[in-house]
Amino acid sequence: MFEFSSRLKTISYVLMLIGAIAVGYSFLAGGGHDEAHGEGEHAAMHDDHADAEHGEHAEHHAPAAHHGHGDHAMPDADDFSYHKGASRAVPENNHFYSSPEHHDAEHTHHQMENKPWANLLVNSFWALALGLGALFFMAVQYAAQVGWSAVVLRILEAMSGFIWVPGLVILVIILTGWFHIGGNHVYHWMAEGIMDPESANYDSIIAGKEAFLNGPFFTLRAIIYLVGWVGAAFLLRKMSLKMEQSGVDYNQNWVKMRNLGAGFLVFFAVTSSTSAWDWIMSIDTHWFSTLFGWYVFATMFVSALTALMMIVLYLKGKGYLPEVNTSHIHDIAKFMFAFSIFWTYLWFSQFMLIWYSNIPEEVTYYMARFGEYKGLFFTMVALNFIFPVTVLMSRDSKRNRGFVFTAGIVILFGHWLDIFIMIMPGTVGSNWSLGLVQIGTMLGFVGLFINVVFRGLSKAPLMIKNHPMYTESKHFHI
Amino acid sequence: MSSTNQTIINALYDDDDVLLSGVKEVREKGYEIQEVYTPFPVHGLDKAMGLKETRIAIAAFLYGVLGLTTAISMTYGMMIVDWPMNIGGKPSFSWGENMPAFVPIMFELTVFFAAHLMVWTFFFRNKIYPGAKAQNPDPRTTDDKFLMEVIAKDGSSNEDIMALLKETGAIEVSVNSAEHA
Repeated sequence: MFEFSSRLKTISYVLMLIGAIAVGYSFLAGGGHDEAHGEGEHAAMHDDHADAEHGEHAEHHAPAAHHGHGDHAMPDADDFSYHKGASRAVPENNHFYSSPEHHDAEHTHHQMENKPWANLLVNSFWALALGLGALFFMAVQYAAQVGWSAVVLRILEAMSGFIWVPGLVILVIILTGWFHIGGNHVYHWMAEGIMDPESANYDSIIAGKEAFLNGPFFTLRAIIYLVGWVGAAFLLRKMSLKMEQSGVDYNQNWVKMRNLGAGFLVFFAVTSSTSAWDWIMSIDTHWFSTLFGWYVFATMFVSALTALMMIVLYLKGKGYLPEVNTSHIHDIAKFMFAFSIFWTYLWFSQFMLIWYSNIPEEVTYYMARFGEYKGLFFTMVALNFIFPVTVLMSRDSKRNRGFVFTAGIVILFGHWLDIFIMIMPGTVGSNWSLGLVQIGTMLGFVGLFINVVFRGLSKAPLMIKNHPMYTESKHFHI
Repeated sequence: MSSTNQTIINALYDDDDVLLSGVKEVREKGYEIQEVYTPFPVHGLDKAMGLKETRIAIAAFLYGVLGLTTAISMTYGMMIVDWPMNIGGKPSFSWGENMPAFVPIMFELTVFFAAHLMVWTFFFRNKIYPGAKAQNPDPRTTDDKFLMEVIAKDGSSNEDIMALLKETGAIEVSVNSAEHA
């Protein structure tokens, strides 16, 4: 049995405290309750914002414009005025490239109010990814009747027992957004009057999506996802604990888990995509990408595998898991390596098609990310692609525990940044910051994760000794 | 190998587990194994025989770098220098700004070079290139039998080795008289 050491417990509480302080501070200082914080400041920010945006436009479009005038071969598709002219290209209240007279100050104000909410969404989604990716991986192990991984299944169970925590936070973000509580404007399509043709806020494109993007259905979907995921995690855990009892037909129990795992994979195939559309893609309401769900899934899966690896290494370091050998570690590291490349493949597929076709309604997404977020954007690609590929490529490095653990920290942070860049441009625009508040919130969720997962680990033996694949896994050798 | 005047003893097995333990026993006794022929890959045989770790990974990496370099030179030469192309409505005529369009080519050629050259390296290293003379001393190893070739050390009699091999479970033991050895 694993014992949750009091030292680690203290660390998790300290991290949770840091997170609580960071979230509390973000709501008090930068949140929606500072109406009297001074319109002057907002106005100043508005000016900066506008300048920065126009500057960026000039810079970004200069080469295209130059060439466009050079050969007169085609309309200058990149020109800002062309955007405005195109009927559907940039609608009236687009977040970024709206006409200058549109309520820019109001938008800046909304962006400031959004900061704590967006920060919370980034971190809770990242934390959700750790648990949900683990649940997916566990379901695959059962559905495919995998042999080698039986010695790490208990860790996956404990990790998937964490899903409900960030799930609840996301539900709070959704409900406060729907009822306009606390200045939550994370989801632009929830804005009042945006689907009402009579309103000044009316946006025809967003109104066209009303059948899918409306408060009740959105909340209902979120509840369905969470119930499905948490329920599957709960049932798999319950059936796995049955393996500890005597007088149970272990093989039959295992077949039942296989069926449940396979059923969950079907549910997950749909909900992993739709939840990514709902919670992340709908932030940039006008924009859409058919690849987005898989791209988010890739982020989720790499993060979870990395977290799994780090927990395995921690437990090995403490003398637990004698059954886990270098071959297991090598295999999980291979997963980290392979799915980092898979993530890059999806990330690049989405980027290249949009870059190539250069359609105004699509490129706005990357315009925002190549503007204010350029540094972070390329740092993120370096951390998530170049780093794992170079560091984890060789066999020896995948078998070196210290090496893999360090690489894991970088990959986890890289995917945190990835989610940051998915969410921030559409919610806070140029008013983003990455500092103590954001890192503190992340640490808070890490503390929660450690607390819940290790508590789960300490409740059952670390090995499912009656698992039909236990012996095969113990002798796993590559 | 063929130039020395070593005597080679062949031992035929009909089970991979017996073969594996036989290989371990023969090596423990201080004999050197020249080669083992099996109809399928036997897990753990390379370690039991004491073979050196393969260096094909290093070769694969170098081939990949070669492929990447080829792709970069090709796209630069063809699409930028020789016949400048307007790519995706962005006539920048620079390799750097058109790089995203070349990534699939870079990826494919890296994989292509690494995979194909690795296969050919493997073939040549194992002397199974086209036209190579078959080395297999007993065609039954391509069906369901396993064959171990033991080098007879100076000062040990063939009979001793053959007795040892029989003891490890070999179904047939003989002094190799084939030309190839």
